[in-house]
Amino acid sequence: MPVQTSTAVSAPPPLTVNLRAARLVYGGLTLFDDLNLKLDGGSFTCLLGPSGSGKSSLLRLLAGLTPPGVSGELRGGDGQPLTGKVAYMAQQDLLLPWLNVLNNIILGQRLRGERLDLPRAMRLLAQVGLADQALARPDTLSGGMRQRAALARTLMEDRPVVLMDEPFSGLDALTRLRLQALAAQLLVGRTVLLVTHDPLEALRLGEHILMMNGRPATLSALADLPGAPPRDPGDRAVQAAYRAILRRLEVV
Amino acid sequence: MKSWWRGLLTLAGLVLSWHLLVTLGDLPSYILPDPGAVANSLWHHKGPLLHHAGVTAVEIVLGMVLGTWLGSGSALVLAYSRRARRWLLPMLIASQAIPVFAIAPLLVLWLGYGMGSKIAMAMLIIYFPVTANFYDGLRHTQRGWLDLAAVMLPKPRPWAVLRHIAIPAALPALASGLRVAAAIAPIGAVLGEWVGSSAGLGYLMLHANSRMQVDLLFAALFVLAALAVSLYFLVDAGLRRLLPWHPISPETETD
Repeated sequence: MPVQTSTAVSAPPPLTVNLRAARLVYGGLTLFDDLNLKLDGGSFTCLLGPSGSGKSSLLRLLAGLTPPGVSGELRGGDGQPLTGKVAYMAQQDLLLPWLNVLNNIILGQRLRGERLDLPRAMRLLAQVGLADQALARPDTLSGGMRQRAALARTLMEDRPVVLMDEPFSGLDALTRLRLQALAAQLLVGRTVLLVTHDPLEALRLGEHILMMNGRPATLSALADLPGAPPRDPGDRAVQAAYRAILRRLEVV
Repeated sequence: MKSWWRGLLTLAGLVLSWHLLVTLGDLPSYILPDPGAVANSLWHHKGPLLHHAGVTAVEIVLGMVLGTWLGSGSALVLAYSRRARRWLLPMLIASQAIPVFAIAPLLVLWLGYGMGSKIAMAMLIIYFPVTANFYDGLRHTQRGWLDLAAVMLPKPRPWAVLRHIAIPAALPALASGLRVAAAIAPIGAVLGEWVGSSAGLGYLMLHANSRMQVDLLFAALFVLAALAVSLYFLVDAGLRRLLPWHPISPETETD
């Protein structure tokens, strides 16, 4: 059984993220122009938008995976570039199939040639409930377990900023709810931006929710919901906000 | 194991039709000997056959090992260095236009009648499939893995990415190259033996042919085929064991 110990891996000091005058032209199409985004240090923000709105490109820009045709000024709250301060989690778990779960978790340390912190990796695996699967190959795990392992790998990086690109969208509904709760619990204290096209996911997880739509796309903030994430999807305030979002997207 | 049964059945069918062809067609034994005569010759000459098969096997295996090293090394250089790609890739492709058969006499001239020229032949014949397959695998590393590595690394470390991600990811492609190599390496060795040698199954075949010992020629051919088939299955089994995460098994797909 997973042991949720209080020797939890502590987060690094919070870092604010500032993006100014971001512009992305792709194939002659201006996806966004003069876009400004500020993420408060240690806050969990969800970025909601229809597919093709450029939200994944914005996330990749923040991650430093600069696509061609993009420009903008990206700084941390300390005025320094974000390089080396970001951890990234994608929709695919991106586990390397030839490594066992434990070795996947410490991939970052391997790549950087650092000393391997196996006790920390094992603690994180226990926190995501995968202590028994440390030596298993990824192809023997279920989709939910694989994404848990990816979450542990993201936390292993111990970066103040965590960027997530629809990390739970490939999972079945119940697994998704469980993983959302786990992520909300383990990512406390970090500056998180989670991109999603699922309004309920944004409402469940986001301290702040941003909507991105139009072309060129603009960002607009929704009113913050009461209560701390992870919120109950059946909560009345969540339901009301859900309806408001749908109305805004002209679904209902 | 159903596949074993199928193999045996195919073999039995082939031998039977061979026998029928000889008896019904009333073919003289210097054109096509009866399977019984070949089996007899196989038993009778088992000493020399074993000796020459050993020579050929050593040539094939050494050619495989050296060709694999050379091919993998070339693929790594090509994948890593853009300059190498610009200079070497056109040469590599052009070199494939020259059949290895054509340079066999040269190799024998340069490296002598011994094993050296045959090892070089086997090596040259497998060099291209090994290089091309591995290079292809190295070029097609999954985009997401490279993105992940880029975010993890504050400063780019191409060698670390190559070692921990690109090379392991390309191993299944290298494995397909090695399977092809296992199938064609015997051709290189035997070809070298035909051009000029004093030992090996190729030599034995030429020798038997010139003395009208057609049954021995067929016996040597049989041993060569057995050698080539077992080499292929050994390599295939070894690769499967080494790459357990890679779902390649055409047989299990259908069953």
